[in-house]
Formats: sequence, C-alpha cells, structure tokens
Amino acid sequence: MTMLLGELLQGRPVFVNIGVRAFGDSLRAAGYDVIQVDWSPPAGGDVQLAALLDDLL
Amino acid sequence: MRKTIVKQNRYFDSVFLMLVARRIAAQPGIRDASAVLGTAANRKVLAAMGYGAGDEAFAGAGPNDLVLALEGEPAAVDAVAAEADSWLARGSGAPEGAGSALPEPRTVAEAVARRPDASVAIISVPGQHAAREARAALRAGLHVFLFSSNVSAEDELALKTEAAGRGLIVMGPDCGTAFLGGAGLGFANAVRRGPIGIVGPTGTGMQEFASLVHQAGSGLSSGIGTGSRDLSDAIGGLSTLAGIEALEADPATQVLTVLAKPPGAGAEARLRKRLDRCAKPVVLCLLGTEDRAVGGRVRLASTIDEAARLALEAAGQGWPRSLACDPGELRAAAVAEVGRMRPEQRHIRGLFSGGTLCYQAQAIFRRAGLAVRSNAPLPGMAELPDPHRSLGSTFVDLGAEIFVDGRPHPMIDATLRRKRLDQEGEDPEVAVVLLDFILGAIASPDPVGDLLGAARGAQRAARRRGGHLCLAASVCGTDQDTQGLQTQVRALAEAGVLVFPTAAQAAAFCQEAMLLLAERKEADR
Repeated sequence: MTMLLGELLQGRPVFVNIGVRAFGDSLRAAGYDVIQVDWSPPAGGDVQLAALLDDLL
Repeated sequence: MRKTIVKQNRYFDSVFLMLVARRIAAQPGIRDASAVLGTAANRKVLAAMGYGAGDEAFAGAGPNDLVLALEGEPAAVDAVAAEADSWLARGSGAPEGAGSALPEPRTVAEAVARRPDASVAIISVPGQHAAREARAALRAGLHVFLFSSNVSAEDELALKTEAAGRGLIVMGPDCGTAFLGGAGLGFANAVRRGPIGIVGPTGTGMQEFASLVHQAGSGLSSGIGTGSRDLSDAIGGLSTLAGIEALEADPATQVLTVLAKPPGAGAEARLRKRLDRCAKPVVLCLLGTEDRAVGGRVRLASTIDEAARLALEAAGQGWPRSLACDPGELRAAAVAEVGRMRPEQRHIRGLFSGGTLCYQAQAIFRRAGLAVRSNAPLPGMAELPDPHRSLGSTFVDLGAEIFVDGRPHPMIDATLRRKRLDQEGEDPEVAVVLLDFILGAIASPDPVGDLLGAARGAQRAARRRGGHLCLAASVCGTDQDTQGLQTQVRALAEAGVLVFPTAAQAAAFCQEAMLLLAERKEADR
C-alpha cells in the first residue's frame, strides 16, 4: 500500500533494506522495523541478461 | 608471506567485508588483511601492496568476485586461507526479524508481501544493479532512498518521473543522508526532532546542518535527500521540488531549508520561483554561488553554519555563543601557528571525508581570492592531475568515486585517509592539514582515533625538520551519536589539533593561515 510523502514524514516508516546490511542494522538498533533482502547480483552479475529476464517475466 | 584467495561470484557488501578483514587482521601472526570485491581499482591497490604477482585467478577477478588478501606468518596465513569460507559466513549483526525462523526474502516484492506496511526502500547495491532494484521498489509502492552511485542520468530521470506518477519520491542516486519520521537513513547523526526541515542533495552538508541545529538546542522535522544530480538541468530538481512541497504541507515543519551545490540554470530558476511562493520561511544556501536577490520569505546563507543560524532565527531560537565565530580570534590563531613554521612550509592540504565540506571549503577560499587544486573542483579552481597525490595547496574529497569503488566510504574505513595523512606528513612544504571528522550511524566507531597515530606522526616529522605542522579540524556530530561529540573533540585537542565548532570556521581559519603564508612569501622576496 503506497504511503504518500506527506504521510511518510508524519508517520513511523517501516524499511526494506537492499544492500549494505549496516544500514538496516543501525535502524533496527534505533528501534525501527527493517526487512533485510538477501540480495545477490541478478543473472550472475550480467546486467543485460537480467534486463532481458525482467522483460520476459 | 602474502597470499590472495579469489572466490568467484560471491557478493558481499563492502562494509561487511571491511569488518571481516578487521577480524582476520586481529588474528595472531596476521599483519595485514583485505577483503574486497575484485574491481580494477581494488586490484590495483592490492597489487601496489605487493599482492597477486603471477596469480592468474587474481588477475582475472572482476567486480562480482571476492578477493581475500593476507600477509603474515606462513602458518597463520595458511590457517585463515583454509577457513576462508567460515570467515565469510554471514554474521554482521542480527538477522532480519530476529526470533522468526523465516529466511530473508530474496526480492523487494517478497519483502513487501511479508510486510505490506513497509514504506521506504534503502538501496545500496552496486550502481549497475541499482536502477533495477529502485524500479522494483517503486512498483511495490515504496519510497526509495538510493545510496548507490553510478546510476545514469537517464535511469534517474525515468525513476523520478515514475515515482512522481505514483506519489512517491526517489532520494538519490548518490544520496548519503535523510531523516524521515525520526529515523536517520544512511550516514546520519542522532539529532532531536524539532521545527526545522531541510531538503537537498548534500549528504555531509545535511549532516553538518542537522548536527549544528541539534547542538544549538533545536531539532529537525525531516531531512529529505535528493541525490547529487537532482538539481542539474537533466533532472530538473524533481525530488527537490517534491520535498519542498511535502515540507511546506508538513505541520511539524516551521522553517524550510534548501542546501545544495550550484544548480543548473533552468533548475535554479524553477527552484527560486517555487521558493518565492512558499508559505513558510525559507533559508536557501547554494554553496559556491554568488548571492542573488530572492523574493518572498527567502533568506540567503553562504555557508552551512550560516544556514543553520538563519533557520534557527526564523524558528524564533537563538544561536549559542559556543558556535559563534569571531574573525579576530581566527586571525590570531593563524598568526600564532604560522609564526612557528619554517619558510618552506607554504601549502594547505585538506583531506575531506565529506564531499560537501570539501566543496564548502573551496567556496570559502574562492571568496577570499585564494586558489587550491581539488579532485572535485569548484568552477574556477584547478583540477588535481592525480587524485592520489597533492600538488600545491590541495583539497581532496576522499569520498569521491575513484576512492570508494568497491570499498567502504572514508567515514567508515579510514585506511586511505590515514595513508594520505602519512604522505602529507612527509612533505616539508606542508604548513596546514585540514581534516573533517563525521560521527553518526554507520560511521567508524572512533573516527578521531583512526587518524590520531598518523596525525602525531606527521607532527613529529615536521618537528624533526625544525618546523611546525598545524592540524585544523572540525567534528560533525552530536552528544547523542555513539562516538560522542565531546569525546572526539577532546581527543583531538589533547593531540594539539585546533578544533573548530563548524566546518566553515575550520576552513575560514585555513583561509587566514593561507593569507598569512602568502604575505610571508611576499615579504621574503
């Protein structure tokens, strides 16, 4: 469900963290809810192949 | 003994790898350890340290491969090499949803399916993959904080246009800091909440502003990062304008601040027009631009500390004496320092971890008619031919792309800045070294401690030559940051470093010192 920017500023955000885990860890330590994505480069790091697969799916 | 181990197609984030390397380096018998992605830049650094000669796997490693480089006693090196996989086993902090047995989701869509109330995606994957993840986040209904750099302007425009259509915002790419709903994102300091809102593309600029507002006894409502290119004409300030709109409507925001480097001409015209009709008091700080008249309730600032002071005033609060600047005192301090130097000492070297602070220091110098070289030069300043080597008076941004490709930012990992400080200490022509220290979440647990050894070494080397090396610094942070502002300031002062309450004042002190050095040179002729 989309939360508009104005609502976001007044509410308490819930985060999805993709990449550097320390960013999520620090927010979690500050008491925020964070869902960590277990990310690895798509299609073995081949950006063009990943884009091709995105188009197919 | 030196050894390199390459693990193909193993992705780990650079901060995690730095922590692994630190743990390995603490093992008995290990003298040096690096764990990095096999980017060309990282392989070059390792090769310069003597690693990987004749090693085909090392030579063929790429950005999707992991390189572990070890130096030490043969038995210790072999022991770590044999257990490489267990050293790399995950373990950086608590897993998501500690207490839940669920494995982590593999995609943004899966994450949102699990938590439909999620509202913001924080994306810090390598640049070539970042636009794909940001698009997925927008389509899952999330605002995006895009820390990654190396995203094309074309992708940025497409993402921001899509976000606008969905009522969302993309903060970034290359966005270092934001404050949303009381949470600090990316590199952020612990600041109290209050009536002042800020929007803009400057990561360390926003950190410095937020920290000064906190130190002055006030606080932030929100800080909306926009990414370094948002106010270019190619992007047109889409996120900046969306941020202004939101802060203007936000009941918690009484004063709105826009802090940025010089925008493109078209984007600046749109920005000023929008600010002219803002219903709330506005402080506008475009670092490095000449002041031009702005209508409405807009007040102009030329430095970050001035922006913070004007924002506080607009909110009906005063600026404490502890943060105020006395130009006479700066001049007197510079006179005392320069008086102890040898005639050949004539250059200033600024080693910045904060890009905006490097930019601001150049703006302060330019206003005084002084020139420096930089790897991130202001218009009118010369480009440094080799970013790894200072030439004349130099301000280097050590957070620039060339220094952080595949390795953590200097705010986290001080290795490159420490080596650069060693290098400056050996140069008999260096008179002043200017340093910034950035505290806060994600930053090194002891930014000052990381450099103190090198700082003392540089001071000793100057004394051996019969001279005096002046070290000047500012610390960006608050008493609520885990590193502790006062603790860090005290450690610097005890080491004989001149600590100024704001980055602009530290640069203004250096400006005074440089003017004195120039006068002295003129008098010697």
